[in-house]
Amino acid sequence: MNDLIYGIELTITGLLIGSMYSMVALGFVLIFKASSVFNFAQGAMTLFAALTLVGLIPMVGFWVALLLTVGVMGGVAVFAERAIFRPLVGAEPLVIFVATLGLAFILEGSAQIFWGTQPHGLKLGLPVEPLMIGGVFVSMPDFISALAAAFFVILLVLFFHKTRIGLGLRAIADDHVAAQSMGIQLRKVWTIVWVLAGIVALAAGMLWGARIGVHFAMSLIALKALPVLIIGGIESIPGAIVAGLIVGVAEALGEGFIGPLVGGGVQDIMAYLVALLFLMFRPYGLFGEEMIERV
Amino acid sequence: MLMRRASIRFSPALATGVLAAGVLATASATLPTQTSIAAEGEIYHPMLVTRTGPFASAASGVSSGQQDYFALVNANGGIDGVKIKWEECEFGYKTPRALECYERFRGKWKIVYPNSTPVIFALSKRLTEDKVLGINLAGGRSESTDGTTFPYLSPVILNFWSQAASTIRYIAQQEGGEAKLKGRKIAFVHLDNAYGRQPFPIFDALAKKFGFEWKSWPLAWPALEQSAAWVDIARRFRADWAIQWNYGQSCNVPMTEMKKVGFPIEKFVGTLWCGSEEDVTPAGDLAKGYVSANYHGVGLDFPVIQEIIKKVHDQGKGNIDRKRVGTVAYNRGVLTGIIIVEAFRNAIKSAGMPLDGKKVRDGFRMIKLDKKRLKELGAEGLLPELVFSATYHGGIEPQLFQRWDGKTWTTISDWVPPYEDVVKSEIKRAAAEYKKQTKQ
Repeated sequence: MNDLIYGIELTITGLLIGSMYSMVALGFVLIFKASSVFNFAQGAMTLFAALTLVGLIPMVGFWVALLLTVGVMGGVAVFAERAIFRPLVGAEPLVIFVATLGLAFILEGSAQIFWGTQPHGLKLGLPVEPLMIGGVFVSMPDFISALAAAFFVILLVLFFHKTRIGLGLRAIADDHVAAQSMGIQLRKVWTIVWVLAGIVALAAGMLWGARIGVHFAMSLIALKALPVLIIGGIESIPGAIVAGLIVGVAEALGEGFIGPLVGGGVQDIMAYLVALLFLMFRPYGLFGEEMIERV
Repeated sequence: MLMRRASIRFSPALATGVLAAGVLATASATLPTQTSIAAEGEIYHPMLVTRTGPFASAASGVSSGQQDYFALVNANGGIDGVKIKWEECEFGYKTPRALECYERFRGKWKIVYPNSTPVIFALSKRLTEDKVLGINLAGGRSESTDGTTFPYLSPVILNFWSQAASTIRYIAQQEGGEAKLKGRKIAFVHLDNAYGRQPFPIFDALAKKFGFEWKSWPLAWPALEQSAAWVDIARRFRADWAIQWNYGQSCNVPMTEMKKVGFPIEKFVGTLWCGSEEDVTPAGDLAKGYVSANYHGVGLDFPVIQEIIKKVHDQGKGNIDRKRVGTVAYNRGVLTGIIIVEAFRNAIKSAGMPLDGKKVRDGFRMIKLDKKRLKELGAEGLLPELVFSATYHGGIEPQLFQRWDGKTWTTISDWVPPYEDVVKSEIKRAAAEYKKQTKQ
């Protein structure tokens, strides 16, 4: 197998995985856009959503379980927004960040209390055999997952651009004081954003759950979102998508070509290495807003 | 403005509350679950346990299996009338927390079993200073098989080097003999840490001996994304066999990845640390046909397990969900309990109560689990015969191999011994190096 074909296969693999990283990063972006909160609990929300889904499936079947889980995540989101974050409006960002850490603990603990520590499988009925296109293999489950992620992103983009709530959210993201003065209900929009982040967590949990199973370690997938956010810009949806793809490809190509030169194990380092380069040369990310402060 | 005022009034309190909850959640994990002191004639036995976090799924079974066995011993009147009182310290498989736990109970330990190789490495010096035996079944320091150099450490059974050598022998058996290994390519997918790198010297020695080629694919923890490694293994390296040395949920990731790249599961063998139900369940049907190593019997068909069900679980005193009794992790816990109780028993017999670390270490060295004793304990077939001494702390034993059929494990091999000469030579080399480093 020559290096070109190998490189193409790795690039495709990286793009497909990257689209799933984007899904995880989107949850962070949504909340940051609306409330400037870096939600450290997004990974725990992903775990909680996926565990709830697989816990409910044996009781009520897949579709009802999915609907119920959307409801549960809505409840979690409303609780988080109302009980924890709304009263903290105006507090130092570090205080709010610590509150999200607390929320992560609560969700991880609750998930284990309600659904136990045992891992579960999640079958979505995706075909698993690889697809060969012109001698290049493409992973079918990853391809379908990437399509699902893309579909979800399109829905979100339509929501932001074609609905009143979406427009309101964009207005708040630009200037929440001006948005409020124009009659946009800040609390309502924030609640909706937290619910959306909960649904994104469920979608990411399903895609990753079908791939690696549903278990406690799933919350660690959120770590993959951090370099994505740095590269794409923490308040940019297109940034999360493009950066997810960059991270996926960098990891795959790095592991495939640089790994053998240095003894392997560079996959995770590659994501952070690219993020570090961005921090040095473009600290606000690809699509992030450059902070200009009056001095 | 209203919201701003509200935030000023409530946010510090709420923030403090949330922070306190977080701190409490963390702190409670390292606090003892009960504060008690052993009564006269009781053995007070602190336990390091992992019931939370990514490794809790299997590790909790190991802890509870031990406790069920202790409960059985107590239900039968104790060890010659002496009952065991255990107390947990949760460390969530985090080494710093395990060290905190160790310090919290310092002076009370009789024997330490963390079920974590990194913790055993971190505790080595303190255990030796405190004269407390640290055991880590089928793990820990491989060279601690040598009881002379490591008087207070033991792998008890199947050190990592024996596991690696036995796995290569199993592959050779599948190929039709060691001669058929010549020219074969073996991919080694492993966690990139001290545990994952343990087999390297054995693979090097055996590759030289039998003429196969092996290559390593290290994975950074938690190793939940392995796609690039598997594209390389299947498409470029074109491995004939692949061995995984993962742990926890990284064990099930290859099942999906190899299917995606068309690598046959029949040519894939897992370490015994990737051989519990929890390691395969998340992969669903994709795990069917997966073969892993093991070192003990699985299921409920052992008199000791039946007795636990009758005298512990049926009495409402079980330490785990009844459904998990008989699983790989649970049975691993029961046999660990047997080893610990045998060490206590010998210590009481030879040195009397109250027990301390040195007495229990000496008791451990007197353990002789031959067929007769295993039958007396109702553990025949649950674990192989084990005999320890002052110079031999266990570690050179055979493995079994088991196949997952989608619901249960079925043993598919006889006991497969390691290449003893290669393993012993590595132990000798490493022990000598350790002596040199520590100027013993």
